[in-house]
Amino acid sequence: MTLHVRPTDTKKLISGATGDWEVVIGLEVHAQVASNAKLFSGASTAFGGPPNDHVSLVDAAMPGMLPVINQECVAQAVRTGLGLKAQIHLTSVFDRKNYFYPDLPQGYQISQYKQPVVGEGEVIVDLPDGESIPVGIERLHLEQDAGKSIHDLSPTQSFVDLNRSGVALMEIVSRPDLRSAEEAKAYVTKLRTILRYLGTCDGDMEKGNLRADVNVSVRRPGEPFGTRCEIKNVNSIRFIGQAIETEARRQIEILEDGGSISQETRLFDPTKGETRSMRSKEEAHDYRYFPDPDLLPLVLKPEWVEDLKAKLPELPDEKKARFIADYGLSPYDAGVLVAERETAAYFEQVVDGGGVKRDGKAAANFVINELFGRLNKEGKDVTSSPVSPQQIGAILDLIAEGTISSKIAKDLFEIIFTEGGDPRVVVEARGLKQVTDLGAIEKVVDEIIAKNPDKVAQVLAKPTMLGWFVGQAMKASGGKANPQALNDILKAKLGI
Amino acid sequence: MSVDQATVRRVAHLARISVREDELGHLQSELNAILEFVEQLADLDVSGVEPLTSVVPVELPMRADVVTDGHCPEKVLANAPDAEGGFFTVPKVVE
Repeated sequence: MTLHVRPTDTKKLISGATGDWEVVIGLEVHAQVASNAKLFSGASTAFGGPPNDHVSLVDAAMPGMLPVINQECVAQAVRTGLGLKAQIHLTSVFDRKNYFYPDLPQGYQISQYKQPVVGEGEVIVDLPDGESIPVGIERLHLEQDAGKSIHDLSPTQSFVDLNRSGVALMEIVSRPDLRSAEEAKAYVTKLRTILRYLGTCDGDMEKGNLRADVNVSVRRPGEPFGTRCEIKNVNSIRFIGQAIETEARRQIEILEDGGSISQETRLFDPTKGETRSMRSKEEAHDYRYFPDPDLLPLVLKPEWVEDLKAKLPELPDEKKARFIADYGLSPYDAGVLVAERETAAYFEQVVDGGGVKRDGKAAANFVINELFGRLNKEGKDVTSSPVSPQQIGAILDLIAEGTISSKIAKDLFEIIFTEGGDPRVVVEARGLKQVTDLGAIEKVVDEIIAKNPDKVAQVLAKPTMLGWFVGQAMKASGGKANPQALNDILKAKLGI
Repeated sequence: MSVDQATVRRVAHLARISVREDELGHLQSELNAILEFVEQLADLDVSGVEPLTSVVPVELPMRADVVTDGHCPEKVLANAPDAEGGFFTVPKVVE
């Protein structure tokens, strides 16, 4: 085992009434496997649909029905394991996890207990302040999702829909390596990015396709782990952060009042901002796992695993390193661009000027500051951007050639964003070209100097006043004057 | 290995089998007799022996990722004691 122990980081401590506390967090992320059919049946995994429509007799646990494993679900779990730099276990076993609930018709969930398909791995988590921390992955296993119970359709009854019953899930268990709500959020964000790059889970948290059980405990720095509580089924990254903050505070208060934490399962209520005990689940914790006699061990051929490995796409860490090396981007900008595969692809199309590479830094700045800012305002993302990478490329070329100033480029971008069109044609048609005709600039400068003798006197005494003249001249030229030429002419005319 | 009455009560509860207090003693001795019988296996030395998962040399059969089943809610619900609007309905279970 690669047990690495994180030294206490004083920045991450929470101060209580009687001193500092360290929060220790581990996560179990449930990620729905992207597949057409379910883990052990031929029914569809499509979201929604009429109740009990995406259900085969296997999913409904009719007597005599036998599970047959979907090979693609296994491949997706293996791809994910490879993406997490984890050990792939060539032999793994499916077990029955026994408990009763109306949305679990079998009376057990088929899961993997002692021999999961994927073992130890590691995720590098990038924090907003630029720090990167390794987070250990303990295991990843395949299991079935349960059906869905709806409690608000009748005052006396619960309604059960088995459409999700039997859909494949990957449970990805981290080591207790996280030390703050911020780190936990960054971990889930990174994990989601990796899954989306791999195409093994769509990461749609609103549909419940990615959700987390959060284990939280607190301790005095340097002491052994405290007793943990598990917060079940948190379904947004923001709520994961809130649940951790809330739960850590609750535990610290109890301990500082001389109490002790009892290990239990809790639920986070975002509207009340509190976690509360789910006492009814306590005794159900005796799952009496045993190997599922309906399923032989899952044995993978090494060459099949190698083949999946060879076909993996470029992953975010590698892409980020390449963007930094090839395009000279800052780690921060590279991180922003690789967060989504689509965004990274868009950026690379902007840079690709048809054989001649455009300047990476300029492209990154424009994409991050202008395009993302504008898309955010409209609630859109790059996949629904009204401006194509080629149009942005053309704007960048116009700036690079000196045809337009970077200030005009913003106006031009706004026109293209709202009205569309070829940037070169728009520049011609609307007269947005930068004025580099020195005679025209001189004329403007002469007029301003003639009209403002008081300012001329001031600038001679205080050369920083030059900015005022630049501003006036720019205004008079409609922002089109070449800034360098304008500066030179002003200095020459004013004699400074 | 043997089980006490408390364990018998717990196992029955986990299996949702209703067992009267006066039946516990009898069940306890039956279960212990079974456990004792199975325990004979512990006399064998199986160190270094791979667990036998099948008596014939077969591999786990796999299916392709194709939708071939479902769209039969009427069949799924045919034996349901209670159903409404395409859902199974059960006595209310709320956390």
